[in-house]
Amino acid sequence: MSAVLDKAAGPRPQAAAGRRIDTSVLEPVWVRYSLIGVALVFLTLFLFVPLAAVFTEALKKGWEVYVEAVIDADALSAIRLTLIAAAISVPLNLVFGVAAAWAIAKFEFRGKSILLTLIDLPFSISPVIAGMMYVLVFGASGWFGPWLAEHDIKILFAVPGIVLATVFITFPFVARELIPLMQQQGTEEEEAALVLGASGWSTFWRVTMPNIKWGLLYGVILCNARAMGEFGAVSVVSGHIRGETNTMPLHVEILYNEYNFTAAFAVASLLALLALVTLAAKSFIEWRLHEARKASNDAPH
Amino acid sequence: MTSLAMPGNAALNKPARRPGRVIPGFGISLGFTLFYLALIVLIPLSAVFLNTFSMSWADFWATVTSERVMASYRLSFGASLIAAALNVVFGGIVAWVLVRYQFPGKRFIDALVDLPFALPTAVAGITLTALYSHNGWIGQYLTELGIKVAFTPLGVVVALTFIGLPFVVRTVQPVLEEAERELEEAAASLGAQPLQTFIRVVLPTITPALLTGFALAFARATGEYGSVIFIAGNLPMVSEITPLLIISKLEQYDYAGATAIAVVMLVFSFVLLLAINLLQAWTRKRAGKA
Repeated sequence: MSAVLDKAAGPRPQAAAGRRIDTSVLEPVWVRYSLIGVALVFLTLFLFVPLAAVFTEALKKGWEVYVEAVIDADALSAIRLTLIAAAISVPLNLVFGVAAAWAIAKFEFRGKSILLTLIDLPFSISPVIAGMMYVLVFGASGWFGPWLAEHDIKILFAVPGIVLATVFITFPFVARELIPLMQQQGTEEEEAALVLGASGWSTFWRVTMPNIKWGLLYGVILCNARAMGEFGAVSVVSGHIRGETNTMPLHVEILYNEYNFTAAFAVASLLALLALVTLAAKSFIEWRLHEARKASNDAPH
Repeated sequence: MTSLAMPGNAALNKPARRPGRVIPGFGISLGFTLFYLALIVLIPLSAVFLNTFSMSWADFWATVTSERVMASYRLSFGASLIAAALNVVFGGIVAWVLVRYQFPGKRFIDALVDLPFALPTAVAGITLTALYSHNGWIGQYLTELGIKVAFTPLGVVVALTFIGLPFVVRTVQPVLEEAERELEEAAASLGAQPLQTFIRVVLPTITPALLTGFALAFARATGEYGSVIFIAGNLPMVSEITPLLIISKLEQYDYAGATAIAVVMLVFSFVLLLAINLLQAWTRKRAGKA
């Protein structure tokens, strides 16, 4: 393909000899370098400097202060709650994502496009409103408030509320990754397995699963990052009880508002590390998906 | 439908006549999807709309058009518009550079563009505040120039630009990758100047994607809370965003007031969602035709 392009663009004097990549670039060199310069300055200001600042601020007063802030009892309880919220909401949305993708990709039915829009809905709702919904349903003067109070069940300003808000915010992640992937793969392989006598479950585990595993992992990683980092929705339903209903992002806020900047950035740096690990994993999976697609394109049909 | 849910049965009884026939699990997967969707999204969301019925129309109107709330719309929507527009310009350039040019560190930069998606908003909020406050890394130079960013509406624009950054890049990038360069080369060989080629050939191809990215960044920015509240300063009438007003009404147990403002925002985001869906359909159509 690139060879064809090179031939077509052959007799262009300004193309430097031997540098294949530049032969299809039409604009003058100075335009090219200024565009790269503008892009790099913009990304430096908005991405690299903030990223560097998180870790610099966290380690400003040395390693010991950093470690102390991270192993502080309230910080540890915030870390634990964040892990719990993610450990419940990610599997729930994983099961939902697989079920939704199976129904939408493998079958035809009416109202499919409405269903797709509804699945995307949590992405277009402000996190603050997401939290507020649960206040209206479970709050003291909400729909189930009096009944919950009577039976001494705490949802709002307690762990269940935080989990619910996190589930809502991360609702579409896995489904969104799997639906287009499974639609693209079609139903032929599953049909073949079923006709040859495989059961529904073994078809799913042996045929569908290997095909979607990277897409699934991709969705799970994004879902997990959002679940651990959610702030707005969780802030509304948490009640901010130190050591009890504070997640990591909320703990960062409290420390920051107490002018305990170094500790705030120390806990924030853990979340920034999580973001970096997420991005690395995401790039790796994108590369794997790319390789898999290339392999299936090259394979003889 | 129940027989479809029984694995194996369908396969034995009837050969695959049309796709989807032989595959089991339709009833249970769609049933669970709808049940979970209703439980997590639809029922709680309906609570917002049903709660506004406890207010009279006059009360509702008075709440959502009060002076302080109007000022917050102006800030939220104004700053979001500016931030989304900045992202169209700079995000477009970043996408162009990442697709068309080779330079060291390109893959690393490409991966890092998604940082605003992955970084928790509270972390972004405190970091940007630290950077742009009067003694911060960037703020100290701006202070010398007499520009105040932190704790002003300008700070809100900075935070919203940060969180909207990936949208335009990630919607324009695939379109540019698919674009046929032969067209640009044909234009150039027919004597078009590079700028002419860009405006007449490249821009029409990527316009739907640019607009989609703009709408996505704008939608995200209007609802954003975490990254903004630290840098905004939250002065009523000056630097108070709409989501913060909802929170402060909730904290005063003014549920009706909070709900009324939330309904205005929800209606706005649904309209925007519709626009985004139409834009995406347009993008696909354009890409399909090319």
